[in-house]
Amino acid sequence: MTLSSVSDVDASSPKHLRGRYAIAGVGETDYMRGSEYSTRSLATWAIKNAMDDAGLAPGDIDGMLSYSGNDSIFSPFVAGDLGIRLNFYMDVHGGGSSTEALIGIAIGVIEAGMCKTVAIFRSMNGYSQVRIGGTGARSAVPINGDQIHHRAYGWQSAGQMFAPTFLRHMYDYGTTPEQVAAVKVAHSKHASNNPKAYYKRRFTVEDVVSSRIICKPLHLLDCCVETDNATCIIVTRLDRARDCRQPPAVIQSVVGRCCKPRIDMHYQHGPISNVAGHYAKDILFPNAGVTPEDIDLTGSYDAFTFTTMLQLEDYGFCKKGEGGDYVSSGIIELGGKRPNNTSGGHLCEGYTHGMNMVIENTRQLRGEVDDSCPIGPDGKRQHTHDYGEGGCRQVKDVELTANLGWAMPGTGSAMIMSKDVR
Amino acid sequence: MPLQGEYMGMMLTVDDVDRENREFFAWCDKGEFRLQRSPESGLLRYPPTTACPWSTDRDYEWVPVEGKGAVHSYVEVHHPIQPAFRDKVPYMILLVDLDTQKGEPSEYEALRVAGNLVTADGEFAPPEAIKSVGIGTRVRMVFSKVADGFSLPQWTIDEDAEQPEAPWRYPQE
Repeated sequence: MTLSSVSDVDASSPKHLRGRYAIAGVGETDYMRGSEYSTRSLATWAIKNAMDDAGLAPGDIDGMLSYSGNDSIFSPFVAGDLGIRLNFYMDVHGGGSSTEALIGIAIGVIEAGMCKTVAIFRSMNGYSQVRIGGTGARSAVPINGDQIHHRAYGWQSAGQMFAPTFLRHMYDYGTTPEQVAAVKVAHSKHASNNPKAYYKRRFTVEDVVSSRIICKPLHLLDCCVETDNATCIIVTRLDRARDCRQPPAVIQSVVGRCCKPRIDMHYQHGPISNVAGHYAKDILFPNAGVTPEDIDLTGSYDAFTFTTMLQLEDYGFCKKGEGGDYVSSGIIELGGKRPNNTSGGHLCEGYTHGMNMVIENTRQLRGEVDDSCPIGPDGKRQHTHDYGEGGCRQVKDVELTANLGWAMPGTGSAMIMSKDVR
Repeated sequence: MPLQGEYMGMMLTVDDVDRENREFFAWCDKGEFRLQRSPESGLLRYPPTTACPWSTDRDYEWVPVEGKGAVHSYVEVHHPIQPAFRDKVPYMILLVDLDTQKGEPSEYEALRVAGNLVTADGEFAPPEAIKSVGIGTRVRMVFSKVADGFSLPQWTIDEDAEQPEAPWRYPQE
C-alpha cells in the first residue's frame, strides 16, 4: 500500500471544509513601544476588542488557542480574566506562520465537536521584553547541542539565518536590493493611511538602500519593526458567524506549517532560494478551487522585504525568479492590481507574528478598513479609494484574499478567504 | 561529563545524551572532519542527525571527508547581535558546498557546511580578505579549539586551489 498524502489534501476529499468556517471577529491593541502592559493584560485587551467586533459575549466563546516562544501568557489566565469558561484550549510553541496553522486547528477541533467558537491570540512585548530582532537578553543565552552548528558562528537572529536564501536568489536570478526595497516603499505607503500603524512615514527605494547594512544583503529598512501588542481572531462555523455583528470572512482553504524537506537551517536541500510556498501552493489553491490570478489582495509575511518577495514568487503570483520584477512593478501597491499588506504589515504597522495581516484581510473583505475616510450616516466609512498620503486604504471590490505566513525559508502557512456569498 | 567550553565568551555545551554531536565535535578536535554515513544508503549527512533521511537507517559510521568546497551562499554581518561578536564585525558566515557528494542524491542537494571565514591560523578574517570572498570562492577547512576534545570546523581561503576570477559578491560595496 502506498501512503499518498495527496488524497488527504485533495479538494475532492469528503473531509474538505471549503467555505464552511469563517472569521467572525478581529481585534488588536494599540501598536506600541514601552507598552507598560503585561502580555496577560495585552491579551485580554485584544480578545475583548475582537469579542466586541463580533458582538459575542464571554459565554459565546469556549475555545482558545495561542502561540508564543515562551514570551507570553497562557490561555486559561486570560480566559478566566474575561469570564470565559473553556471547553478547549492549547498554547503552542511558534512564531511566524502560526496564525493560519491555528485557524486550521480551530476548524478541526470545532468539527470534532470539542468546542464551538475559538479565540486565537498572540500577545507579545516584542520591543520591551523579548525582542523580536534577537537583541537584548536573547542574544547571550548559553548555546547547546544542535545550536552550536549556527549560533557559535554568530548566525542566530532571524535576519542572519534567512539571509543566505535571498543572497542566493540574487545570484541565481539577478534580483537587486532596489527591487525588494519596493516592498518597503509599498508597505510604508499603505501604513501612511493606517491611523494605528507604528510607522506612518512613506519611504523611497533610495531611503531603503542607503540605510545602514545590518547583515548583507539586509539594510535596516529591509527589516520589520519591533513592537508591543496583542492581536486576536475569532473562528467559528459559518452559520454561527452569520449571526455575529460583522459580515463573515469565509475560509476557503488553509495550509499549516507546510515544510520543505529537511527544514533544519543548513539548507542541505536546494535550491535554497525555494521556500515552503513551493509546496504549500499545491494545497492552498486546489482546496480553495481558485488560482493566484483570482486573488485580489495578498498578505505576504514581511519579516523582511525579501520574505514577501520569495513567497509571492513560490506561491505562483509570478514566475520563479521574477519576484523582484513583481514586487517593484507597482502591482503590490494600493491602486495596483493586487496590493500586499495594505495595513503596512510588519515593516510598518507593527510586529505580530502574522496575525495583523489576517486581521487586515478580514477588514478588507468587509469593505471596512479603519483608515481616515469619513464615516457616513449609515455608520460605515465612505471610502474614497484615493490612496494619497493620509487617505484611503480600502481596496475596491475585494472578493478573495490570500495570506502567506512565514516561519522561516523552510516552513510556511497560508489561507484563502472570501466574502460571504449567500 | 558533558562536552563543554567557553568559546569567544560563549558557553557551548553538548549534553551526555547527545551522542551524535559529541562524536562530531570530538573528531573535529582530532583535526579530522568526519560525517555520518548510513551503511544502508551509503550517503553522508550534515549536520549530525539521528537517522539517515534517505534510508531511515539509524545505524551510521563516521567517515573522513575532505574539508574542501566552494561558497554556495553567505551572510556578511555588520551589525552584531550576539555580544561575543561585537568586536568581530564585519564577519562572514559561509555556507559551503562540499565537493564530496555535491549534487547527490538529487540535483540541488549538497553537504552545505557552515562556518566563519577565518585566516589560515584560525583568526577572524580581516576586511580585505572578506572583500575577496563571494559565491564560488574555493575554501578549505580549519578547526577552532573550544576545549579539550572539542573543536569547531571553520573555513579559510584555499591558497592552493584555482579561484574564480571574480567570485559573486553582494552588489552594494
